[in-house]
Amino acid sequence: MITLKEALKLSSKELEDLKANLASEIAKHPELNAYIDVNNVGSGVPIAVKDNIQVKDWSITSGSKILQGYIAPYNATVIEKMLKAGLSPFGRTNMDEFAMGSTTESSCYGKTLNPHNADCVPGGSSGGSAAAVAAGLAIAALGSDTGGSIRQPASFCGIVGMKPTYGRVSRYGLGAYASSLDQIGPMTQNVEDAAILYDIISGHDEKDSTSADMNDKVSDKLNPARKLRIATLPKYIEHASQDVKDAYSKAIEALKNAGHTIVEKELLDAKYDISAYYITATAEATTNLARYDGIRYGRRAECKDLKELFINSRSEGFGEEVKRRILLGNFVLSSGYYDAYYVKAQKVRHIIKDEYAKVFEDVDLILSPVAPTTANRFGSLSNPIEMYLSDIYTISVNLAGLPALSLPICKSAKGMPVGLQLIAKAYDEQTLFDGALSLEKEINYKG
Amino acid sequence: MFEVVIGLEVHVQLNTKTKLFCSCPTSFNHKQNTNTCPTCLALPGALPVFNKEVLHKAIMFGTAIDATVNKTSYFDRKSYFYPDSPSAYQITQLYTPVVEHGKLRIDFENGSHKIIRINRAHIEADAGKNIHEGDISKVDLNRAGTPLLEIVSEPDMRSAEEAVLYLKKLHAIVRYLDISDANMQEGSFRVDVNVSIRPKGDEKLYTRVEIKNINSFRFIQKAIELEVARQVEAWEDGTYKDEIVQETRLFDQTKQETRSMRGKEEAADYRYFPEPDLLKAVISDEMMALYSKIPELPDEKMERFIKEYGMSEYNASVITSSVEMAKYFEDMMDEGISAKNATTWLTVELQGRLKGDMNITNTHVDAKKLGLLVKRIEDGTISGKAAKEVLDKLVEENLDVDGVIDALGLKQVSDTGALEAICDEIINANQEKVAEYRGGKDKLFGFFVGQAMKASKGSANPQTINEILKAKLG
Ligand SMILES: [Zn+2]
Repeated sequence: MITLKEALKLSSKELEDLKANLASEIAKHPELNAYIDVNNVGSGVPIAVKDNIQVKDWSITSGSKILQGYIAPYNATVIEKMLKAGLSPFGRTNMDEFAMGSTTESSCYGKTLNPHNADCVPGGSSGGSAAAVAAGLAIAALGSDTGGSIRQPASFCGIVGMKPTYGRVSRYGLGAYASSLDQIGPMTQNVEDAAILYDIISGHDEKDSTSADMNDKVSDKLNPARKLRIATLPKYIEHASQDVKDAYSKAIEALKNAGHTIVEKELLDAKYDISAYYITATAEATTNLARYDGIRYGRRAECKDLKELFINSRSEGFGEEVKRRILLGNFVLSSGYYDAYYVKAQKVRHIIKDEYAKVFEDVDLILSPVAPTTANRFGSLSNPIEMYLSDIYTISVNLAGLPALSLPICKSAKGMPVGLQLIAKAYDEQTLFDGALSLEKEINYKG
Repeated sequence: MFEVVIGLEVHVQLNTKTKLFCSCPTSFNHKQNTNTCPTCLALPGALPVFNKEVLHKAIMFGTAIDATVNKTSYFDRKSYFYPDSPSAYQITQLYTPVVEHGKLRIDFENGSHKIIRINRAHIEADAGKNIHEGDISKVDLNRAGTPLLEIVSEPDMRSAEEAVLYLKKLHAIVRYLDISDANMQEGSFRVDVNVSIRPKGDEKLYTRVEIKNINSFRFIQKAIELEVARQVEAWEDGTYKDEIVQETRLFDQTKQETRSMRGKEEAADYRYFPEPDLLKAVISDEMMALYSKIPELPDEKMERFIKEYGMSEYNASVITSSVEMAKYFEDMMDEGISAKNATTWLTVELQGRLKGDMNITNTHVDAKKLGLLVKRIEDGTISGKAAKEVLDKLVEENLDVDGVIDALGLKQVSDTGALEAICDEIINANQEKVAEYRGGKDKLFGFFVGQAMKASKGSANPQTINEILKAKLG
């Protein structure tokens, strides 16, 4: 597949042909189920869009039955920015319902397959976007990352996925999961494309109060020759599988070869991350999803009075995982439990932030696993807790609001891609991309 | 003997141009669901953006009630499902409100005062409206997201009278500051009353009953009196524990009773937590300096009127009780008339003539007209009696003052030449009486004045007649 950088040089005639070709290729592989449907806006370079980013006049449903029939009446800020930059929203990609999941299995549109092995999950929640790029069915895609939802599927599918610093990319028009953690980010074939797409979608937006008042760009000054201090986390990776450990060693060697300085550091035990994350995310989610009540839009269930309208619409409209998180969120916010859970989780969040800040006093980047394993087989996570634990390497980055980029390092013994992530300090996307570009060149991963 | 304990929560709709978290207009009476956008409809992905104009009004209010205005305040989500609440949470300020610890003075007719403490005033978003038509319920979200200031008093009031005095003063302050239309009928000044009773001398608070959304001061007074009577009766009958429960009741104005709004209900758990879509609301030093300069408030104006115009405390309090009245009075004074006359003609003559829905803001007789009318009395153009006739006409029709005076032929003749001729005639025709008068019968002076006025058909300026006759009769 042509890269984003190359595609941006195509004539409108060439783009038209490219899109026609893409559409027919997508139609030829329905079993992959990366796309929910394929529509196009404008005449620019086609970019696949996750089903929770609002595109005017498209059906946008966050992979949920409760939003069936809903047509978005406005564009997300990232879509406006894409259109201005000569990119076209092209196709809506599958996702875990309301971005709650790590496998894309909870979508109401059915599961998406991993292009590297049809028995394996593509990861999630941006599994459709990752699979589309990995299968050569998209030049690039947008995903959203609340606890690893861009980086983990990127790692499982062997592509590049980047989560910007919280506040770098406007959340206006992103169907909210957890407001203080969500970020939209690029999912691409390589690091440079990620930088280009990141530059296009980032920047201050008055419509998002949490948007940072910063507009600096990175792709025109990418410098893989910079020599950086990069932290490794020997203790932290003990929880990872052998495949991931091997990839980690390989990446360290590559970074050393490229002339970077490696220093060993430690972070807080990741079990605290899991608790703080699931309390914060579900508390926010439970209120963010309360608007789906069957009154104004989306799917309304049969009912005989108001109470039934609420209860039936929500009982029928939400899937199991979403219900579980709504219940959990309501529990941690209820009176008598608020201090013990929500307030404590915010304290832990501060500690996590401080821990990262301490490490970044000494280093430019941190090298970390993305997931403990490669893509698991469908149905192999027997309970929700196992799935939650598989997020241990990604969620602290969201809790601390940091930028991170997942890139493929090698393949496992079974031929599945293994990705690792680099993490930078807040707003230091430049160093993140510089380091990632250097590692990408040195590793020379071939999908 | 019982003591009544009353606390009041007032929702004041702030008169900003746009809503609290989006740029939709706040105007009334538009077609249903037209003043809406993705944010106030709570569409997927829409986000709130705080309208800072609301802080300006909060600073003004905080300054007016001598409160602490927090330079940093925070927003919280309050969760509950209701069709008129699109996001199913209200954005409000639970943990750190913008205004705290204020106070307000109420004045009793006997001249004594009392301070009512105000616990807090916080910013929050209004809900939409549910409209029920038979089996069908509709939702209008034009009002959803309109900014409210919820003003919460301490339970400091001890009677319905005190509660109404507090509300009237609060209403006047809000209007003086012009931060709200504060129209009770239209719902931009909504009152919830918390009432409980306790044996006199008891310090603890007993079960408090909330009476919601009563839309006039008179009904509030009545509702409180009825609720207090209900509670006292229950206490005396020994049924207090069973009958008086913490609940919300409605005031039924036709049946003249308060009535339980819902059946037994689990205590609502609003699951408050900090709003993650908004930053803290910060008041800069510049903003604080600018908006804490507030217009003259009712109490200050009253004191000034007493001092400046020698007004009685009662008249001053009547004139300053509403910003419209005070403004009307001050506009009248621009005509250069006496405060005493201005007060009488405004509070007695004009107000006595305004019937039904008419009031000083919608009558034909604006302050300039009434001021001019008083001036015409003071400069001798017409008599006070004639002015009443003019005012009758002015209230009925939109006419100008001098035009009406002319049309009714009420102008007093002050032309000395014409009046001298009249006086000469009277003296010539009554030579005998003139002799008697000059002989010492002083009382006869009134007779000559009466005759002269009669001859002028009442149009003569009595003052001038007096002077002429005095001179001629010696
Ligand atoms: Zn709006």
